[in-house]
Amino acid sequence: MDQKRKIKQAIAFFFIRSSVFIISAAILLVIGFIVIHGYKAISWEFLTKQPTDAMTKGGIFPAIIGTFYLTLGAIIVAFPLGVASAIYLSEYARAGRVIRIIRLGINNLAGVPSVVFGLFGLALFVVFFGFGSSILSGSLTLGFLILPVIIGASEEALRAVPQTYREASLALGATKWQTIYKVVLPSALPGILTGSILGIGRAAGETAPIMFTAAAFYTTKLPKSVFDEVMALPYHIYVLATAGTHIEETRPIQYGTALVLISLVLGVNLIAIILRSRMRRKHSY
Amino acid sequence: MVGSSLRRIKESIIRNIFFFIGLASIFILTLIVVFLFKESLPIFKVVSIKEFLFGQYWYPTSEPPEFGIFPMIVASVVVTILASALAVPLGVLSATYISEIAKPRVKEIIKPVIELLASLPSVVIGFFGMVIVAPFLQETFDISTGLNVFNASVMLAFMAVPTISSISEDALHSVRRELREASYALGANRWETISRVVIPAGLSGIGTAVILGMSRAIGETMVVLMVAGGAAAIPESLFDACRPMPASIAAEMAEAPYHSDHYHALFATGVVLFLATFVFNLIADYVSNKYKQTGTATL
Repeated sequence: MDQKRKIKQAIAFFFIRSSVFIISAAILLVIGFIVIHGYKAISWEFLTKQPTDAMTKGGIFPAIIGTFYLTLGAIIVAFPLGVASAIYLSEYARAGRVIRIIRLGINNLAGVPSVVFGLFGLALFVVFFGFGSSILSGSLTLGFLILPVIIGASEEALRAVPQTYREASLALGATKWQTIYKVVLPSALPGILTGSILGIGRAAGETAPIMFTAAAFYTTKLPKSVFDEVMALPYHIYVLATAGTHIEETRPIQYGTALVLISLVLGVNLIAIILRSRMRRKHSY
Repeated sequence: MVGSSLRRIKESIIRNIFFFIGLASIFILTLIVVFLFKESLPIFKVVSIKEFLFGQYWYPTSEPPEFGIFPMIVASVVVTILASALAVPLGVLSATYISEIAKPRVKEIIKPVIELLASLPSVVIGFFGMVIVAPFLQETFDISTGLNVFNASVMLAFMAVPTISSISEDALHSVRRELREASYALGANRWETISRVVIPAGLSGIGTAVILGMSRAIGETMVVLMVAGGAAAIPESLFDACRPMPASIAAEMAEAPYHSDHYHALFATGVVLFLATFVFNLIADYVSNKYKQTGTATL
């Protein structure tokens, strides 16, 4: 009888361990293939030169710059909104119907498919406001997309500030706002910034939201204003891999671009993870 | 006295400013709904809602055009169900491993690895499916194209696994210690405790995880755009090409003339997709609130 129970447990644990193995192997496989095929394409010229010969040769500099501008724009949009929303949720709101509805709104916003964000950005920014396909339209769309990420991370950071800090400040005669501004925010700032870094990673890797709002198939000139179209790394991969007549010929460029993109995104996430663990050591309340 | 009342007015102004910014998410969500509907309504002057949802043919540029998205709806449902069939066991089992079995040091490695999977851009997963998985499937099974339902489902599953895994793990982790100890005290071994005590106690959280994972899969765009094959017909086998709703929108929007019937029909497809994920999210919210965990932490 006992033997039977032990065998059952062994079988169950085998499946559980296999599942972890399958997931880890898949991640290594994806990253491994991209690194192995991509590293040969990477060179100083690849990173700093324009594409040439109908994008079959040359570099991806405009796509790197485009992704940089779009991501920067998204953070400029989402950071103030997200941190302020989190301050309301964590410091001002009392449990009740209002906060329930706001949370439902945030959760649903987080669940909106990325292509729907693209449609929304097209209808509102590109067409209705007349911004055209531009850095501005793309940044606003991406900014709204990452807003829930920033709110979530900021709220967590604010809630991690010990209640005694607030009480001490209030006891000294500070108002609520002074307490938030001078005590709570400075303590929560590292956590808030870490969360924003995760938002950067997310914005840099998204494709569908910028397809109709910002991304250009090919531009020879670098953007001069926020109303210009830009190339972007994720869209560049998609375009080279699916469109045109040189799909096989440009395979090395595709791998190279994919490698640059995952290095960027994973690098950003790694920075966030390291910062987070450093912070935990420093602020062991 | 004047100073203190000024202070109070200032405080209340600041409070209200934060309240209004706090409403930003709802405001944006409302804007999304308004603009999606506004841009999609004109198509229903051309076709009825029933024809649109259940029409078998999608020939948006023919003369006369046909706007039936039934094949796309079926494709979305099929790839989502197949992806979930793969992702749910993988996600829940890996969550069980992290929460119940792994030693702390192993856990510290596995958790970030799964977070890493969550942060891989979807276009990269789609690219991998296209250039590595598709040729492999084509050769192994001797089929005409590796870009099909099966490939798309597998790639989608890997996009849904991190969502399911991390939310399930939170749910299992928050099951109270006393429950486990009581089970051990009754003579149950680890697997019996996991399968009959811990997982049932965390079931509402796991349910939420599964629903959010499915929501992620049905809305995921780049993977199905690059890997599903693109045929706007109802797939009849695992190895048929298909075109889920997000792929249809992403592939055609660039070519649809502004404010044409085609443009409006793609927005209407977006509405269907939005409503599907909206319902998934409402159910997830309902499940996680209705059946609150018996743990100290909540979802």
